[in-house]
Amino acid sequence: MDFLLEIIMTPAILACLKIAVIILLFAMPLGTLLTLMERKWSAMIQDRVGPNRANIGKFTGNGLLHIAADGLKSIFKEDTIPKGANGFLYLIAPFFGLIAAVAIFAIIPIAGPIGNFTFQVTDVNPGLLFIFAITSLNVYGAVLAGTSSNSKFALLGGTRASAQMISYEVFMGLALMGIFMVYGTTRVSGIVNGQNEYWFGNLVPMWGIFTQPLGFILFFTALVAETKRAPFDAPEGESEIVAGYFLEYSGMRWSAFMLAEYVSLVGVAALMTTLFFGGYHVPWLHLWENAPQWIVTILQILKFTFFTVVFCWFQIQLRWTVPKFRFDQTMGLGWKKLLPLSLVNIIVTALVILTLA
Amino acid sequence: MSIASGYLPILIMIVLGIILAGLFSCIGLFLGPKLRGEVKEKPFESGFIRDGMEGQRYDVKFYMTALVFLIFDVEVIFLYPWAVQIRELGWFGFIASSVFLGILILGLAYDWKKGALEWE
Repeated sequence: MDFLLEIIMTPAILACLKIAVIILLFAMPLGTLLTLMERKWSAMIQDRVGPNRANIGKFTGNGLLHIAADGLKSIFKEDTIPKGANGFLYLIAPFFGLIAAVAIFAIIPIAGPIGNFTFQVTDVNPGLLFIFAITSLNVYGAVLAGTSSNSKFALLGGTRASAQMISYEVFMGLALMGIFMVYGTTRVSGIVNGQNEYWFGNLVPMWGIFTQPLGFILFFTALVAETKRAPFDAPEGESEIVAGYFLEYSGMRWSAFMLAEYVSLVGVAALMTTLFFGGYHVPWLHLWENAPQWIVTILQILKFTFFTVVFCWFQIQLRWTVPKFRFDQTMGLGWKKLLPLSLVNIIVTALVILTLA
Repeated sequence: MSIASGYLPILIMIVLGIILAGLFSCIGLFLGPKLRGEVKEKPFESGFIRDGMEGQRYDVKFYMTALVFLIFDVEVIFLYPWAVQIRELGWFGFIASSVFLGILILGLAYDWKKGALEWE
């Protein structure tokens, strides 16, 4: 038994276990559920019933079986490659989106450490800089899919996507600089623990949203634009260029793009929770002295999951509420409004910190 | 935990992403039907008759955006060390970065004036 425990506790095996748990039990199920939730919620907003027909006998699960039905359907679809497409680039394009979507979860903690054991896959020093590096992989997926498909709509979608994503990447970094200043680190555990402090005695937790309200709005906008969801969906604009850069994909390859979109939706939500809503820390829990460790951990997981789900819901709500921007409006908003605003945010934050210090 | 072993899980994660995407890409090849045809292999362009991709040009604005992005993104990187160490560097660091930020804002103003940010 001790021997087995020793094998499990080696860093590599432990990391694999954590990855399996966080991806297979948290990110993937939530992402798949969101595909249905999006359809149901949009139906509710548009005063429809939404999908409810898939059934086994009498059981429909109020549309829950559509998840399985969709999956089965796309597995048995033909895999087409358009004539004149660049085969190799066409094949590897879906990889980038999924890698980026999955790798975000490497640095997100879902509960506080117990002794030496952390509920985080790895706590690397660059922390959020790693997130920036990995999200920029997304651009390659869009560009390769767009240019290799040999279709004008795909090409248009790909160029639009690349222009939009690199533009919003600039001030995604600038928007988070305020957080780095306030908590004095780029390490995720440092930022999360920094948010466990309180202002005015025990009244207000020092969450990112209170220390960096403008940074919160800017970063969230940048992330929504980065995942190319409405209102920033000009690269995939259904009414003009059908589906944008992944127009020519079919079957499971198309599903790979869709899964990447929904998993990164969960990733965005988890990231917002971690950076701006105290991560796993349950506010005012330290007032309860001698709280048993296991209750604390369960509460932390519940709090983290709750905020993540709320942010997923918020992104879906945003998509079906706000009318989409034209492409020139998207670019204008990014370069002319949000970029100057994030520069102002940096200067003001620096001034406040240095005056108070 | 040494520095290198901290990055090992990230490598595992990337490999997991590759395996996942590989699975998705291959499964259709084995399970899907294979009914090819001339019409089916045509790229979809809403039913218009294709005149091919020859002579397809990008708007120059995309290149402009890429250039502006390159300048800004590289310059932003230099601000991170200051942002993390802001309390230690104090007012001296603030003035130094203000000069740097000022040049950045001047560059933005120049791009703006020259119309590099216009998308109409």
